[in-house]
Order: sequence, then structure tokens, then C-alpha cells
Amino acid sequence: MTTSRRQFLGSVTALAGGLTVAPGVTLYAVGTPVSSAVRWGMLVDTNKCTADCTACVTGCTKENGLEGTGRKATDAQWIRKVDVRNPSTKSERSLPVMCQHCAEPPCVDVCPTGASFKRADGIVLVDKHTCIGCRYCMMACPYKARSFVHEVLEDQKAHAPRGKGTVESCTLCVHRVDAGGQPACVEACHADGHGAMTFGNINDPDSDISKQLAKYPSSQIRADLGLDPGVRYNGL
Amino acid sequence: MKNMTYRLLTPQKGGFYLVLFMATVVIGLALFSAWYMEHNGHWVTGMNNQIVWGMPHVFAIFLIVAASGALNVASIGTVFGRKAYKPLARLSGVLAVSLLIGGLAVLVLDLGRPDRLIIAMTHMNYSSIFAWNILLYSGFVLIVGVYIWTQMDRLMEGWKGVAGIAAFIWRLVLTTGTGLIFGFLVAREAYDAAVLAPLFIAMSFALGLAVFVLVLSALGEWCDVPISDHLIARMGRLLGIFVVASLYFTVVQHLTGLYAAEHTAVERFVLLDGGVITILFWVGQIAIGSLLPLALIFGSKADLKRGGLMLCAFLVVIGGFAQLYVIIIGGQAFPLVLFPGMEVSSSFYDGAYNTYSPSLPEVGLGVGGFAIAMGIAMVCMRVLRFIPVTLENSGADSEHSKP
Repeated sequence: MTTSRRQFLGSVTALAGGLTVAPGVTLYAVGTPVSSAVRWGMLVDTNKCTADCTACVTGCTKENGLEGTGRKATDAQWIRKVDVRNPSTKSERSLPVMCQHCAEPPCVDVCPTGASFKRADGIVLVDKHTCIGCRYCMMACPYKARSFVHEVLEDQKAHAPRGKGTVESCTLCVHRVDAGGQPACVEACHADGHGAMTFGNINDPDSDISKQLAKYPSSQIRADLGLDPGVRYNGL
Repeated sequence: MKNMTYRLLTPQKGGFYLVLFMATVVIGLALFSAWYMEHNGHWVTGMNNQIVWGMPHVFAIFLIVAASGALNVASIGTVFGRKAYKPLARLSGVLAVSLLIGGLAVLVLDLGRPDRLIIAMTHMNYSSIFAWNILLYSGFVLIVGVYIWTQMDRLMEGWKGVAGIAAFIWRLVLTTGTGLIFGFLVAREAYDAAVLAPLFIAMSFALGLAVFVLVLSALGEWCDVPISDHLIARMGRLLGIFVVASLYFTVVQHLTGLYAAEHTAVERFVLLDGGVITILFWVGQIAIGSLLPLALIFGSKADLKRGGLMLCAFLVVIGGFAQLYVIIIGGQAFPLVLFPGMEVSSSFYDGAYNTYSPSLPEVGLGVGGFAIAMGIAMVCMRVLRFIPVTLENSGADSEHSKP
């Protein structure tokens, strides 16, 4: 029996849509277009994040093929651990910082060609085909989330295309999210037993992330800029 | 003045082809630099993920800012009716267009993907000041082109006033756009300020006139164009006023920063602790680029002579480079503040003062922008009459005491 592509996609969608999932977990239908009904977000509990752990960074590097050249100043970093210390109280925190997937992203505003764009579901991406490598988005991003590809790349991951002369940043593992999964950093954090990162739809009041956001006060980095980042932090 | 005649830049007096050849060699080296950076990737430059805009941008923005300023000489004649400057209007126009093309060439050749220039022209994001600048720069070349046409074609002469006003307004908007490339960067401590727009306009007045003076002096020597002492003195005073204006906005910029507690750290960095940036600010921009030329222009009751004017123009150019280096590199050397009031560190240079060492290809590309500008101007002056035969009587009219 031969199955047309349309039939195949239809059955995959029906299968995904028909899956019964645990309450609070967003039902995601593979193959459906992204919509603004969903806003993907992430909550980092800095109380659970330890200074010596870089599981999220390693997970991201492995997933997206970001192994560097050893030239620190020009190597790409989609996610990094930032150690924050209050000089007056001496309190310390360690937390991952990556693209904050702003609702009002300055990188999208300043991009001359529109290569920097935000999907309806809030994920901010770079279209590698129309990025001209002007780096204005890097000047505009308040989070230092973007990297410029400074050298020739080989053996890239098929799901995370990169290109010399273009700008890139955390994609929120869009290839995994679109397949119903979670970003690699979140998975790695859980696998390491910290459980400091929660990913989910912040538009869905029943999602785990929304419940946590409702229960505990959270903060956004540089909330004063009014960019409404999709990445939030607890205990900061 | 009505019977002003213009001449070609003829190669009879030695050196035309030699200079053109030298410009071509520099352009060749710049193209090689661009190819080298593009082929290897930008890791071979001094730029990195911290200092994302480097020496090519200092050169490019200098040329673009000077381009809009060079047009002022024409505007002073056409829009503000100063007769002394009218014979210089053609030269002012062709120099403005040449400088702009030189600056844009540097900007484009530094792109990560210069081969995608066509995308920049066909995919416009209108919320981007960068995209607006692409329109402003293209429009500038077009409008100044028409303005030059109205000056050179008797049939078009009636449109000269309109074209002159349009070009003047356009250049003000253009420099505002250039300043706002930085002014709109809300996240960077050193930028995020509306004052950058008028500062860039004032800077363009000074840098544009300085470059114009240097080119005019060179042409005067080359083509035996006598330039009256009155015109020299007037241009000197005008340059002085423009330097004062640029200095005024610089003072306002830093006073505003010092007043707001949140900006004192970046001000301290630029004015006190920034190493090369601080030296370039005080020695390059303030002492060499501002105070010294002002002392030379206004310090003596005697009018400025040709050598003195050239020296002042040269100093202003040096100061302009220093100023743009401080703004562009200094603004990125100061770390982004993600957590105000906190001490931060990371593997990605969070909280660190970033350092920058310009590489040879970057400087080569930047200097190539100048060579492109001069090459275009020379070729234009070779084929069309831009150079006034004499400026002997310029500025000797009743308004000679005014700048």
C-alpha cells in the first residue's frame, strides 16, 4: 500500500493530537503551524542551580554542534553560566543566560533584512539565508546572547545549520520543541538531578511553568527595558 | 561671480596618474583585505563576539559623516546665500558623493556575507534604522547628483535652489540616521541617547569641512587655483564654529551621563579609567581635535593663513577619528550591564572590560575607503568641470567678515 505525503502527515498529526498526556503538559500536534496561542518560555530556579555545574552548557554544545576552536573571544556561546555576586551583601548566584526570547526583541527591531525574526510562539531565530552578517543585532541585544560565526564550520548538525559570516543564538532547540520535545539544556539539567530549569507554554495556565510562575515571585533580566523576555528566573 | 568658470583636473601638472595609480593600489590592497577576512572568517581580525564593530566601522562612519558635512559648503552657498562659497558648490557635491560611496564600500566589504548585498536592498525591515539608512544613503547620492546637475546644466539652473534645499534637509536627516544607529541601542550604557543625533550632525559639519579644506588646498596647489586670503580666513572661522558645536554636544553628552547615577560607571570608563579610550578622548578628541585648532583659529587676532587652515583641518580630522574610535570601540569595550549593581563573571566575558587590537586587514580596508572616495572624486573631476578656475575674489565681498 502506498501512502501519499499528505496522508502520512495527516496520520502523524492525528496520532500526535490523539495522544493522551498528563495534565499540565501542553498537547502539541506535530505538523500544525505555530500560533500565538502558545508562548514558549523557560523558568530557571537559581536556588537549584549550582556554580560548579555546567550541564546545560554541555547539553547545548552537544545538541547543536557548538564545539569551539579554542579561540575563546570568537567562539560561539549560545548559553553560558554567569556568576553573580552582590558586593554589599556578598550573596552569590550562578545562573544560565541565553537568548531570552523577548516578546519585544531589539534584535528583530534593528535587523535591516528581517533575518532576525520572532515566531508566533515567541521563539526568536535568525534566518541564515537572509542574514548579511552586519552584527547590528549583537550591538542591540541587552543579554549578549548572540554570537557571530567567525570561521569556516564543518560537520554541522542537520537540525542546527550554522554558517560562517552569519549571526546565531539559542534557538530554544526549536527542532526538538516542534517535535514535541524540550530544549537540550533543560533535559541536561534534569538528567544531572538539579531540575533547575522548567520549559513550557506560559500562555497555558495549567502548564507546569505557569503554575510555578503563579506560585513564586520570579524576575526577568533587565526587566527595566520592557522587553518581556520569555526566560524568567526564580531566586534572583 | 556670475561668470565663474570651472576647469577639469588635467593630468598636465605632474602626479595625476601617479596619485590615481597609488589610489588604485590602495583600493587593491583593501579588496585583498576584504577577501582575506571573508575567506578566513572574521577571526583573523581584531573583532570578536565582544567588540563586534571595529576599525572598518570607525573608517566607514568617518567617511559617511564627513560626506554629509562636505555637502555643507554647497548648502552655505545655495541655501544660506553666502556668495563666497558658491563657486565651491560643485566640488562640495562631488566630494560628498565620493566620500559616501567610499564609506559604504567599507561597510559592505566588512559584512559577514558581503555577497548578500542584494538581500539588504530587497529585504527591508522598516523598523530598522539600518534599513532606513540604506534608503537615506541611496537617496543622498541621487539628490546630490541632481543638485550637481542643476549647477552644471544651464537648462536646469532654475531648479538649483530647490535641489539645494532638498539636499540640505536630506543630509540633516541622513546624519541623524547615522547618529541614531547608536542612539537607538537601548541596551548599551554608552549609547541609548538622543543627543547622539545632533552630536553626529555637529561632528559632520566639522569633519566634512576639514576634509573639504584639505582637498581644496591640494587641488589649489595642483591646478594653480588662487585662493583668496578672505576665503581662507572665513573657512577657518567656520571650521572653528563647527568644532565648538561638536565640543558643545560632547560636553552635553558626558554631563548627562555623569548626572545619572546609572551611567557614572561608563563615564568613569571613558573619562578616567579606560586606558587607550581615555587617552584618545582627552588627547585625541579634546586636545588635538578641538582645543588646539580652536586656539589656532581664535587665539590670534590675525586671520588664519592657508598653511594654518590646513593644519587645523588636519587636526580636526585626527580628532574626528579619535572621537569615533571612542564612541564605537569604547562603547563596546564597556561591558553590558545585565545585573545592575552586581559583580559578574562568565566564560563569555560578562562584566569584563573588553580589549581590542585592530588588525592590518581591517585598517587596510578602512584606508581603502578613503582611496575609493578620492579615486571617484579624481575621475569625476577629470571628466567634468568641478574645479573653479580662480577663488581669488571669493570672500572679498561685503559679507567677508561673516563666517
